[in-house]
Amino acid sequence: MSRSAQVSGSIRRRLIGQLVLGSAVLAAVLVLLVINLARNVAQDTQDSILMASVTSILDTMTVRDGEISVDLPYAALSMLGNVSEDRVFYRILADGQLLTGYDDLPDPGEPGREGGYVTAPYAESEIRMATAERRLSVGGTPIMVTVSVAQTRQGLMQTLAQVSRIGGAVGVGFFVLAALLAVLTTQSGLRPLRDLAGAVSRRGPKDLRPVKGPVPQEMAPLVTSLNSFIDRLRYSLSRSEDFIAEAAHRVRTPLFTVRTQAEIALRRVERPENRAAIKEMIRALDESSRAAGQLLDHAMVTFRTDHLEKEQVRLVDLAEELVDRLRPVADLRDIGLSTQSTGNPVVQGDAVLIENALRNVLDNAIKYSATDGDVSMRIGQQGGQSFIEVRDHAGGFPEGALHRMTERFARGDNAGGTVGSGLGLTIGREVLEAHGGRLALENKGDGACVTLWFPAS
Amino acid sequence: MRFLLVEDSMTLASAVLDRLRLDGHVVDHAPDVEQARAFASAADYDLILLDIMLPDGDGRDFLKSHRLARNETPVIVLTARSAVSDRVSVLDLGADDYITKPFDFSELEARCRAVLRRRGGGASTVQRFGDVTFDPLAGALTVGDRRVSLRNKELRLLEIFLSAPDRIFSKPKLVDRLFSYDEDVSDNAIEVYVGRLRKHLSGSDVEIVTVRGMGYRISRV
Repeated sequence: MSRSAQVSGSIRRRLIGQLVLGSAVLAAVLVLLVINLARNVAQDTQDSILMASVTSILDTMTVRDGEISVDLPYAALSMLGNVSEDRVFYRILADGQLLTGYDDLPDPGEPGREGGYVTAPYAESEIRMATAERRLSVGGTPIMVTVSVAQTRQGLMQTLAQVSRIGGAVGVGFFVLAALLAVLTTQSGLRPLRDLAGAVSRRGPKDLRPVKGPVPQEMAPLVTSLNSFIDRLRYSLSRSEDFIAEAAHRVRTPLFTVRTQAEIALRRVERPENRAAIKEMIRALDESSRAAGQLLDHAMVTFRTDHLEKEQVRLVDLAEELVDRLRPVADLRDIGLSTQSTGNPVVQGDAVLIENALRNVLDNAIKYSATDGDVSMRIGQQGGQSFIEVRDHAGGFPEGALHRMTERFARGDNAGGTVGSGLGLTIGREVLEAHGGRLALENKGDGACVTLWFPAS
Repeated sequence: MRFLLVEDSMTLASAVLDRLRLDGHVVDHAPDVEQARAFASAADYDLILLDIMLPDGDGRDFLKSHRLARNETPVIVLTARSAVSDRVSVLDLGADDYITKPFDFSELEARCRAVLRRRGGGASTVQRFGDVTFDPLAGALTVGDRRVSLRNKELRLLEIFLSAPDRIFSKPKLVDRLFSYDEDVSDNAIEVYVGRLRKHLSGSDVEIVTVRGMGYRISRV
């Protein structure tokens, strides 16, 4: 009986999901950091070149003949031109008055002595501008000279875009690696769990040993409770079967004592009416013990079909063993038992139950057969299904009652003085149905024919 | 035959003892495993009848040590349990057969016979009466150089007659022993089997005599 568990989420998926999400965030942060760093480095580089340019211009400014003289050094602007195709602008102010350059460059703000930088839109582009001031003394009057050098930022943007691309690629690579690692780690982390599940599900149906073998510390509580569950299961299974066995013992032993005493009495008694009474008693005892036996069989069958444990059952072997067992009983009434088989069909089932079902069917056939009768069994396969057919020559089931013969406590009208409880065919039917097969009843020739059909495996 | 009965319930044991003795068997009784071991080592039995639930242990333990000691005496387990797993386990432990309580004594006899036949039981069971040789285990009757295989009821009937030659057995007593109680047979049913036996015995110096109003007896001519 395998009932699949109710599944809610998966540790593996959740772990992988969280790890992948984590690595995605990490990768994004990494990419942002790299881009930011690149931007800063590039900006610093541009800034220092701009400032170097500004400084070198400031350095060349002198006061000659009471005039401020600017001699734009070639190197001051050419070093900017080396960097890229970017255009370069400059402006030199003396006390706010334009000396030379582009008057419409943005306002540098308050650059101070250290110099300052601004980024602003200019000439349909964006420029970075470095500005520095210096005080010149012109004829004793201090004049504040302000030099600004600006450059468009296309080169910088290109570099940044390139760095971003590389950074992005590195980020994606990092993400893929991390995700892969997450899957691998999860797989290997969950392996003990999978191994445990495999070890438990590979077990044979009767293997109720505790789970052994080292497990990770985190799984120890699970294994401990699993083992205690197995213990309880074994205990309750053995208790149920023990109970049935104990009940059988309690019921049958006193019946046996009385029956034996009755048999002894019968041997000593002469008067026909007393003999008839004792015989009636023995028959009633047989009836009770057979009914008790079948009730217990039925309890056992119900119990075992609820916990159906399947193994490979060879039908011919099982039938032949059973015939060997029943032969002495059949011999007592000179009833011949014969088995005929083609192949040795193997079915998946509970051998105890199948044996019980066949025994009840055979018991019936032997019981209803007249002395010197014959009961024949045929085992084979037809259309993929395996079958055991039991035939007797005892007149068959009463017509019209075939369909209800397998109901509990139903007995044919011909049951007459035959000892029985009417549970034999019920047991047979329930066992077969539990195995996905069926018990077919029909009349063939001069007798009954009961076939145990097993489903194709 | 000589039996050892291992069974703890005294009422049940005494009933079985009485019943087996009625058929002329010699039976010793051991109420527990310890005494069973003592009996089994002290005497030779044809068969041991063993109960499983015993006060000082499990009948299966006795079975195990019995087989370990290479004691060849066949064992039939008397069990109240009918679970196949139990029965299989006693067969695996070396029991020759098992019988579920309560049983018919004729079934027990049939099983004993089957077990002894399987074991190739000793020639001591062969009986001679007049010029007739009867081997109940093989179910064979030999008259001169003619060997006949007997069917089960013929065999049992002959066995009953030969257990006490010249004694008269009434028809009802014979019916009791030959048919099970749920078979509704008239006392005259026995005539069929007597008839068959007479045919098998023809030409020998042994005959089954009808004693009018009393029954039958087997005698030498």
